[in-house]
Amino acid sequence: MNRIAALIRKELQALWRDRQGRILLIVPVVMQLVVFSFAATLEVKNNTLAVLNLDGGRSSVELIQRLAVAKAFTRVLFLHNEADLRSAIEQQTALLVVRFGSDFSRQIAVRTPVSIQVILDGRRSNSGQVALGYVRQIVSDWQKGTSPGASAAVEPIVVRHWFNPNLDYVRHIIPSLVAIITAISTLIVTSLSVAREREQGTFDQLLVSPLTPEMIMIGKTVPAMIVACLQGTVIMTAGVLVFGIPFAGSLVLLYGCMLLYILALAGFGLLISSIATTQQQAFLGVFSFIMPGVLLSGFPAPVENMPLWLQYLDWFNPLRHFIVVVKGVFLKSSGLDLLSSSLWPLLVIALITLTAAGWLFRRKHA
Amino acid sequence: MNSRGRLRRVRALTHKEMLQILRDPSSQLIAFVLPVILLFIFGFGINLDTSRVRVGLVMEDTSPEARLFAASLFGSPYLEVRASLNKTEVSQELAAGRVRGFVVIPVDFSQQIKSPQAVSPLLLVTDGAEPNTANFVESYVRNAWEHWQHQRLVSRGAASEPLVRLEPRFWYNPSADSRNYLIPGSITIIMTVIGALLTSLVVAREWERGTMEALLASPVTRAEFLLSKLIPYYVLGMLSLLICILTAVFLLGIPFRGSVMALFLAGTLFMGSSLGLGLLLSTVTRNQFNAAMAALNAGFLPALILSGFIYEIRSMPVVIRAITQLIPARYFVTVMQTLFQAGTVWSVLLPAMLFMTFAAVFFLGLTALKTRRRLA
Repeated sequence: MNRIAALIRKELQALWRDRQGRILLIVPVVMQLVVFSFAATLEVKNNTLAVLNLDGGRSSVELIQRLAVAKAFTRVLFLHNEADLRSAIEQQTALLVVRFGSDFSRQIAVRTPVSIQVILDGRRSNSGQVALGYVRQIVSDWQKGTSPGASAAVEPIVVRHWFNPNLDYVRHIIPSLVAIITAISTLIVTSLSVAREREQGTFDQLLVSPLTPEMIMIGKTVPAMIVACLQGTVIMTAGVLVFGIPFAGSLVLLYGCMLLYILALAGFGLLISSIATTQQQAFLGVFSFIMPGVLLSGFPAPVENMPLWLQYLDWFNPLRHFIVVVKGVFLKSSGLDLLSSSLWPLLVIALITLTAAGWLFRRKHA
Repeated sequence: MNSRGRLRRVRALTHKEMLQILRDPSSQLIAFVLPVILLFIFGFGINLDTSRVRVGLVMEDTSPEARLFAASLFGSPYLEVRASLNKTEVSQELAAGRVRGFVVIPVDFSQQIKSPQAVSPLLLVTDGAEPNTANFVESYVRNAWEHWQHQRLVSRGAASEPLVRLEPRFWYNPSADSRNYLIPGSITIIMTVIGALLTSLVVAREWERGTMEALLASPVTRAEFLLSKLIPYYVLGMLSLLICILTAVFLLGIPFRGSVMALFLAGTLFMGSSLGLGLLLSTVTRNQFNAAMAALNAGFLPALILSGFIYEIRSMPVVIRAITQLIPARYFVTVMQTLFQAGTVWSVLLPAMLFMTFAAVFFLGLTALKTRRRLA
C-alpha cells in the first residue's frame, strides 16, 4: 500500500513539477469552458437577410417590414438586380435572399395565389433551414392578418421544455463538457505517463522495483482520477455559479459514476500505452480514440440520428454513456434505476479494457 | 557557405525525417487511416438534419376528434409515436431519454376545440436536455397540428389554398444535405492535426532527446533545419489532403465544383500556417507532452469549434466572433466549402488565401526567431 502511495505521489509531482506543466493542466480547461459554452451553439441569430423586391407594391413592402424586425435577422440588405442576388449568396454576405416577383402585390390584390422565392446558401443549409422556418412563420402570420374575417390566433399548444425551460444550449454543453474534459485528461495522463517513462528508460526501473504490474497500473490510474475529478468539478462549479444551471440530482451518485467512467477510460489509456513504444505513438493513439469518441458521443449530433450499425459500434464509447449520466443527474435528478442502462455498459467496458491492459502489461514485462 | 552543400544538407535531413515517418506506424495512422475514419464519421455519424424523433402520446380523450389528431401525429414522417397509458409512465420514459417529448391530449380536448375562445387545448412536453432535438419536436408537432387543422377545414369545405407560397431554393446543395458542407469542412480538422499536432511532437522530441543540440552544433543553419522539417510534413499533409478529396468525392459522393489548382494553392497555404504553428509550439515548449497539449488547444480545438464548420460563427458573441478572424482554419473551411459546392469564386477565395499567407509567414517567421534566440 505504501509503495502504491509513493508511486501516486511521484506521478502527481511529475504533473505539477514545472510551470509549463501546471499551466497546461489549468489553462486548457478554462479555455475549453469558455470556447465551448459561448461558441458551440446551433442557434441561428445575427444573420443578414437580403431582399430583392421587383414589385414595390404595398403588400411586399408590408411583408419586408415584418421580416426586418425579426430577431433572427439583425441586418437587412436591399438588392437591386439579379447580379446582386448572385453575389450576395456567392460571397456569403447574406444567409438568404427573399425575392418578390414584379406582380406580387397585384396578384395579392386580386387574391390569386402567388409565390415568393427564397434563395439560400447551401454551404450553410442547417442554419438556412432554421432561418427558412422563421420566414415561413412570418409570412403565414402576415397572411392570417390580411385574410378577411381573420380572428386573433390563440396559441393552440402549450409547450413545456422540461429540465431546460428556455432551451438554453449551455445546459447541454456543460454536462457534455464534463464528460469530454475528464476523458481527455484521463487518457493523456495514463497513457503518456507510461509512454514517457518507457521512452526515458525509467519504466525498466519501475519494473525491477518490488511493484507488481497491477500496482503500477493502480499507481498510474489514481493520479488520472484525481486530475480528472478536479477538472470535472471545476466545470460543474462554473456551470452552477457562472451559468446558473441548477444542480438537480445527487452529487455522491454523480461522483460515483464518474469514478466508474474514469476507470473505463483509464483502461483504454493503459491499453494504448501498453501498445505504444514512444510518447508520440501514445499521444496519437489517444487522439485517434478521443476524436471519434467525442464526435460520436451525442454532443455534436444526437446518437439516435446515426445509422443503426454505428449506434451499435458506439456502444463501446464511454463518452456516449457518461454524457447521458451527467445530464441525468445534473439536469433531471435521475436515480440509479434510470441510469443503470448507461452504467452497466461502462462497467463492462472498464472490466474488458482493464483486464486486457493488465494482460498486455504482464506479457510484455514478464 | 556554398549552395551545393546547403542543398545536400537539406536533402539528407529531409531523407532522415522521411525515414522516421515511414518507420513510425503512428504517423501513418494519423496521416492516412484517421482521415478516412473521420470522413466516414462526418459522413454518417454527424447528422444535423432531421430524422425520426421518438415521442410519447397520452390520450386522455378518445373522442373522434382526438383520434383524428392522433392519426395526424402518427402520420408525420418525422415522428415515431408511442402511445402511453398515463403521464407518469411517459414522464419516466422522457427522463430516461427513451422519448424526446410527449403530447397530452386532455380529457376536454373535443370540447376545447369547439369553443371559439379555446385556450390551448394541447400540451407538449419536450426533453430540454437536448435543446436541438427539443426544437425539432416542437416544430414537428406544430406541423402535425396545422395539418390536422387544415384537414378539418377541408372536410367542412371551408379550406382555402394559402395565398402566398414560399419557394425555397438551396443553391449549390439543392437537397440541403448537411453532409455536403460538413465533410469539406472536416478536411480542415485533418490538415490541422497533421500540420500542428504531428509536427509539434516531432520537433519537441528532438529537443527532449538532445538530438537538437547535436544538430545545432553541426553546420546546419536555421533555414535548412526548418526546411528539412517542413518538406516531409508538407508532403505528408498534401498526400492526406489528396486521400481526403478522393474519399469525399468517390466514396461519399460529395460534388467538387472548384478548380484543383485553387485547391492545391489553398492547401499549401493552410499547411504552411499549420506547420508554422506546430513548429512554433514545439520550439517554445521543447517537451512532447506540453507541445502536444498546446497544439491540441491552440490548433485543434479552434479548428473544431471556432472555424464555423459545425457551429455558425454569426451566432457567437462579438468577442468570440472577433477571435475567429485570427484563426487560419476559419478561412480554410470557407475555401473548402466554396470549392466543393460553389466552385472557384475568387472574390471569396482570394481574401481567405491572403490571410492564410499572413498566418504562415507569421508563424514560420516567429519560429525562426525563437530558434535563433535559443542558439544565442
